[in-house]
Amino acid sequence: MALAFDEFGRPFIIIREQEQKSRLRGLDAQKTNISAGKAVARILRTSLGPKGMDKILQSPDGDVTITNDGATILEQMDVDNQIAKLMVELSRSQDYEIGDGTTGVVVMAGALLEQAEKLLERGIHPIRIAEGYELASRIAFEHLERISHKFEFDGTNIEDLIQTCMTTLSSKIVNRCKRSMAEIAVKAVLAVADLERKDVNLDLIKVEGKVGGKLEDTELIYGILVDKDMSHPQMPKQIEDAKIAILTCPFEPPKPKTKHKVDIDSVEKFQTLREQEQKYFDDMVKKCKDVGATLVICQWGFDDEANHLLMHRNLPAVRWVGGVELELIAIATGGRIVPRFQELTPEKLGKAGLVREKAFGTTKDRMIYIEHCANSRAVTIFIRGGNKMMIEETKRSLHDALCVARNLIRNNSIVYGGGSAEISCSLAVEAAADKYPGVEQYAIRAFADALDAIPMALAENSGLQPIETLSAVKSQQIKENNPCCGIDCNDVGTNDMREQNVFETLIGKQQQILLSTQVVKMILKIDDVISPSEY
Amino acid sequence: MATGSLFKDEATEEKGERARMASFIGAMAIADLVKTTLGPKGMDKILQSTGRGHSVTVTNDGATILKSLHIDNPAAKVLVDISKVQDDEVGDGTTSVVVLAGELLREAEKLVNVKIHPMTIISGYRMAAECARNALLEKVVDNKLDAEKFKDDLMKIAMTTLSSKILSQDKEHFAKLAVDAVMRLKGSTNLESIQIIKKPGGSLTDSFLDEGFILDKKIGVGQPKRIENAKILVANTAMDTDKVKIYGARVRVDSMAKVAEIEVAEKEKMREKVQKIINHGINCFVNRQLIYNFPEELFADAGVLAIEHADFDGIERLGLVTGGEIASTFDNPESVKLGHCKLIEEIMIGEDKLIHFSGVAMGQACTIVLRGASPHMLDEAERSLHDALCVLSQTVNDSRVLFGGGWPEMVMAKAVDELARKTPGKRSHAIEAFSRALIAIPTTIADNAGLDSAELIAQLRAEHHKEGSTAGIDVISGSVGDMSELGISEAFKVKQAVLLSATEAAEMILRVDEIITCAPRRREDRM
Repeated sequence: MALAFDEFGRPFIIIREQEQKSRLRGLDAQKTNISAGKAVARILRTSLGPKGMDKILQSPDGDVTITNDGATILEQMDVDNQIAKLMVELSRSQDYEIGDGTTGVVVMAGALLEQAEKLLERGIHPIRIAEGYELASRIAFEHLERISHKFEFDGTNIEDLIQTCMTTLSSKIVNRCKRSMAEIAVKAVLAVADLERKDVNLDLIKVEGKVGGKLEDTELIYGILVDKDMSHPQMPKQIEDAKIAILTCPFEPPKPKTKHKVDIDSVEKFQTLREQEQKYFDDMVKKCKDVGATLVICQWGFDDEANHLLMHRNLPAVRWVGGVELELIAIATGGRIVPRFQELTPEKLGKAGLVREKAFGTTKDRMIYIEHCANSRAVTIFIRGGNKMMIEETKRSLHDALCVARNLIRNNSIVYGGGSAEISCSLAVEAAADKYPGVEQYAIRAFADALDAIPMALAENSGLQPIETLSAVKSQQIKENNPCCGIDCNDVGTNDMREQNVFETLIGKQQQILLSTQVVKMILKIDDVISPSEY
Repeated sequence: MATGSLFKDEATEEKGERARMASFIGAMAIADLVKTTLGPKGMDKILQSTGRGHSVTVTNDGATILKSLHIDNPAAKVLVDISKVQDDEVGDGTTSVVVLAGELLREAEKLVNVKIHPMTIISGYRMAAECARNALLEKVVDNKLDAEKFKDDLMKIAMTTLSSKILSQDKEHFAKLAVDAVMRLKGSTNLESIQIIKKPGGSLTDSFLDEGFILDKKIGVGQPKRIENAKILVANTAMDTDKVKIYGARVRVDSMAKVAEIEVAEKEKMREKVQKIINHGINCFVNRQLIYNFPEELFADAGVLAIEHADFDGIERLGLVTGGEIASTFDNPESVKLGHCKLIEEIMIGEDKLIHFSGVAMGQACTIVLRGASPHMLDEAERSLHDALCVLSQTVNDSRVLFGGGWPEMVMAKAVDELARKTPGKRSHAIEAFSRALIAIPTTIADNAGLDSAELIAQLRAEHHKEGSTAGIDVISGSVGDMSELGISEAFKVKQAVLLSATEAAEMILRVDEIITCAPRRREDRM
């Protein structure tokens, strides 16, 4: 009611300018919200699983992205609906937290909304549905814990890690060489992982792409790759046992922050100033040389004269290196970032076994490899591929794989993939539902049905009969009491995901269920949507 | 119940069949566009820019054509992108890669219409591409060890590449130019050191390769026009009034007399600088930046040849050629490496005066001077030559060579066909389709040449049924010919890149089932 009357009977406006706002209330509002959420889920549904399809997204500027990654699709979609934006947020938070399963979480939320709609039609109060979902999600969460497996790995035995990463990659376009990609991802993560603290800082892994070559040429470099070339074309292209001075001050005359003016009013001043200036450059280069540096990496530009002096003193240099890269170089080479020339000391130099410049293709593309570093804690994954979109998609896929590997190092529990975990949870939730008296029972059953949506979508995308396949697998799970039965997407001939080596991380799955339940609860509680109409 | 729209205004979404149709059609349209330029009898296209002057480009180069198009279809953009990458990576085959990707999609569309899942098609294509690549690997010829034969191979490759371009009339001449230029690089792929100078006038056959270095600049007035045993200082320094680089410095004077004093000091400073430069014991000074009149005069007085404003590439190349270092400070004359050359002289090409450095220390760099009737012609000639140079420099690194004229496609098609027969399941349809797409390339070559493609391809196929056949399409005589006798060769690296990128692109487009287009960003209307 936007209009009320005060005690004298005069109209009293609560919401201004009624005709300019559109407003939805009650069941209508819920249904509208649900249908918007479902629409988003429907878009992502076909991307699920190893046979999932990609989407082309064209940005406002006409750039094309081709991807299979749920988070990326939603992020680049021009979504206007508030509920749809919630779904986008959902997928993003899964991406930040886990990195993988961004599609699954949205599909799951969509399925929960669909079930909720049916219950609403039967007249069940949305809050009761939300509570039922909450109970059910807890059951599923605990059930996942029970059916999960732990596997052991160490620096040498990484097979299981690779298998899990392969499961993630198999739904992406890179699945042609998923084995090598998974190996790269696992090795990269292990290289930077702190196994004792069970922590992985993914910032230490730099992913660099360059068009050209083929996907198989993608490599892991134990060192840093910088997309720059030497500042002077005639500097040496290869330096062995390099001592690197990492500078964040330019080879230019100093620019004090305070405003000042140097007035020249006589010939003497003019000449001293000139000498001063030349001394600056000479000093700078000399300081670098004196501490024994054989390579200078600088965040800023060089003056022509300084550049030549560097060249002259046989001190190769790289200029305009980005801040992030500079940090990585410092970590990898064990050097310190030096903000002033005065503070250069031999201890602050980084060390690298080999620094080389490499040219690509027919154009003037060069990159600098810094390898055999003192501390190989920073690594680079260098992606090659046929075109720009391919490289971008490979970057996203590798990011997912890296996240999965990191999650496994944090928590080495896995569940089996191919929808088997969802089916098993669905069975467990279904069985538990009967124990709850009250209306929640219906909501819990609905939750179990919603869990079936993921294996169903998997089967559908793989060209199988969804209902038939799902019921067959379900009965098989009960009959054999084996929670590893899933959908055989690749036509391998067995339903047992243990044999197919399809793993997913436990925390990823748990997070999916928790996050999607939360969002659905939030959407269900909305009963009034007020939006300004078009102006 | 009102269902609010999900997307912002003007954002569109296409799903399933429609999306697939849109991307197939877009990609095929692009492929058909460049199709007619394929092969030795391919036709050129005129591109007119929308910019001021409506400048016109006439070209046969796939990458150049596609680069200049304004395309809205996302799938078509993928094809444009692979063509660009092919250009950057190997330099040639930019048309073939687009045509092959287009054909692969055309075949895929047929398969999708008979309800084969795109993923099945993709897995079939992958197997086929792998098999095709192996088939090529088996047949490659590698003559790296035999220098004489290798050079012969290079020559053949250059001729094959050039035969589809505007230079085909004089392909032998240009092939020789290109091979000579690349051989001088001694294995480096840095095409920067090959300079191409275009001068309108004369005919294409007047083009020549110069072993020295030619700089498109004039010698300053009053300076020697010819220097023997030149010592060259290559520099990048300001030769106008030398600025004080210290931040915030400015000149503030209170009387005219002081201004004059400072002016004198400035001049003095310049004179000193020039003196320092001359103290290097040079007789030629090349600077990247401008040389003002005053220092120029000083140089002229000292009998030093001063050349101003050679651009950055020119300076780098000159440094490379003469073996001198690019200097910016001049305080230590004894440790600066000077460049040397036997003779510097001013030469005339057409009506322009150029500076010619001959007898240079390092033989890596060289200059190709192109002559031709019109600027368009020269531009196209440069592109063609660039293609040839790229391919050659890549071949020097990867010396594996194949025959041309549709031979590799037939070899691959044969191997892929055999694979299709062995493969059970639906994938075999996709593999068969791949082989059909491969054959489309020789078909297009024949069609473009106005030959009876159906007849020729059938003959070629029969010919290839024999083991070790070297048959291909001889466009000149319009029949099936022996490629080894005709000397038509192609680089393995180019073919491999074509095969892999085309398959990759086709796969990418096939995987798509939905296109979401954001609302185009509104341009602010000009007030």
